[in-house]
Amino acid sequence: MVGLLGATAALPALAQFRVEVTGVGLTQLPIAIAPFRGDAAAPQKIAAIVQADLERSGQFRAIDAAGAALDESSRPDMAPWRQKTADSLAVGSVTRLADGRWDVRFRLWDVVRGQDLGGQSYAVTAADLRLAAHRIADFIYEKLTGDKGIFSTRLAYVTKAANRYNLWVADSDGENAQSALASAEPIISPAWSVSGAQIAYVSFESRKPVVYVHDVSTGRRRLIANFRGSNSAPAWSPDGRTLAVTLSRDGGSQLYTIDANGGEPRRLTQSAGIDTEPVYSPDGRSIYFVSDRGGAPQIYRMAAAGGTPERVTFTGAYNISPAVSPDGRWLAYISRVNGVFKLYLMELGGGGTATAITDTTADESPSFAPNGRLIVYATRQNGREALMTTTLDGKIKARLAGQGGDIREPDWGPFQK
Amino acid sequence: MTMKRMFAVLAVAAALAGCSSVKLDDVPVEDKSGTAVAPPGAGGAGGGQSSVAPVVTDTAAGSLAGPANVSRIIYFDYDSNAIKPEYQAAIEAHARFLKAANGRRVSIEGHTDERGGREYNLALGQRRSEAVRRALGLLGVPDSQIEAVSFGKEKPAAPGSDEASWAQNRRAEIVYR
Repeated sequence: MVGLLGATAALPALAQFRVEVTGVGLTQLPIAIAPFRGDAAAPQKIAAIVQADLERSGQFRAIDAAGAALDESSRPDMAPWRQKTADSLAVGSVTRLADGRWDVRFRLWDVVRGQDLGGQSYAVTAADLRLAAHRIADFIYEKLTGDKGIFSTRLAYVTKAANRYNLWVADSDGENAQSALASAEPIISPAWSVSGAQIAYVSFESRKPVVYVHDVSTGRRRLIANFRGSNSAPAWSPDGRTLAVTLSRDGGSQLYTIDANGGEPRRLTQSAGIDTEPVYSPDGRSIYFVSDRGGAPQIYRMAAAGGTPERVTFTGAYNISPAVSPDGRWLAYISRVNGVFKLYLMELGGGGTATAITDTTADESPSFAPNGRLIVYATRQNGREALMTTTLDGKIKARLAGQGGDIREPDWGPFQK
Repeated sequence: MTMKRMFAVLAVAAALAGCSSVKLDDVPVEDKSGTAVAPPGAGGAGGGQSSVAPVVTDTAAGSLAGPANVSRIIYFDYDSNAIKPEYQAAIEAHARFLKAANGRRVSIEGHTDERGGREYNLALGQRRSEAVRRALGLLGVPDSQIEAVSFGKEKPAAPGSDEASWAQNRRAEIVYR
């Protein structure tokens, strides 16, 4: 056991990710991010992290700023940046403090107006340098698009390597992964709590699927559903008080709700078919789920307290894994068409027209970013499982591809407080 | 037999304060003040505010002995949970064994091939394990001796992505506890 712990602590190096942006969006804001003064001596390259974040969003186009010697206290001459067609310019510095922490500062300039758009400073440990970079990207994103940035949020995902399973908590770019759970048996369906402090998931460590709620900063975990038969598909209600789960305790796979602190489940569905993969609508009033009550798996919606479901997907004979955007406007799901599994997006209440937004063939498990502008999903590329992010129009995709085995089951965490 | 679960928890000092954020407009740029944070290296991943405490699970045991010379695996056709006639003799042998040894418990583990979603396959595997449970029940095995569970597509017996592998993966395993 002690040996295993040592191995786990050394594992994060396995989960290195690379961003590959493919496709071009139509309207992208041109921004120059100058190398931060001190970047070369710092353990993380702040400017590069900020630039990759902004590019992955699909809403920014990076203008080459190599060689620029600027920091947050500079009064930059805007003429050369205007010439390079940059609309904005980010400058900053990273400095080691006497106590070993790092001081990260930056300022954002409106190149067109020659105006200071503000800046921030962060004093952080080396471990939080990436977080500081993501916060800078969030600041820039919000200033320039008006939407909240999601770069400082976290992803959960699962890897399988050499028959070991790991549940990871990583930065939104997939990097900086830390193991929350290591097991010889599968782990599936991680779901962040509303606060971002806990993850519910299904673990097979006792040779059956059981639902846990796991506090990521302490490692403390609670058994939420360990009833006779299979326990799976946890989904948090938006108020954080209730989990919807799939249980087979009464035969078949049916939906139940359980208090987030545990307790007796309450049955929500009564069908002869499979009912599974519940997700709450953002207002908490409805639950979307998958059912084959009509003969093939389709997505349905019903009141959160149960009741008569209405069918939501009508195209195709295999529609699973619903995810609802934070504004409740979009439904992302996986559809099997001609034997391949693709991520589809459908506008809810928009007449039911769905569009495939990937060109891969084994897509799984979509999850929206908390600002609703990106979807993370699992797929296969070159024979390996990989994670991708995509914009809702499917035009900008980034691969969060690891080297440490197969990567799957992404869940995008909430905004950090 | 119930395996006792053990969780090894790496205690990590809680680093509550971390990324202090100060508007540059509000402070002189030379100011180096910030909120106190845990010293570097205090936590498992370097003491950041985003540190995660890793947990390692124990491993459960495999199957104990059941009836001698009887297969513990029942294979299914694609998209089917019907038990084929060729497995009837094996199911009858397990039923006789369980009725004779009425303290023994079995777990029926349903499995699917790799195609499709993980949770939906978990539910399909559950249908297979429950089909075997029902067959044992019809032969007089008390429900209290049988638990039907599913692994979905998570534990394939054959690793390939072809029909020969898929056929080996669409199965229910009878596991003695």
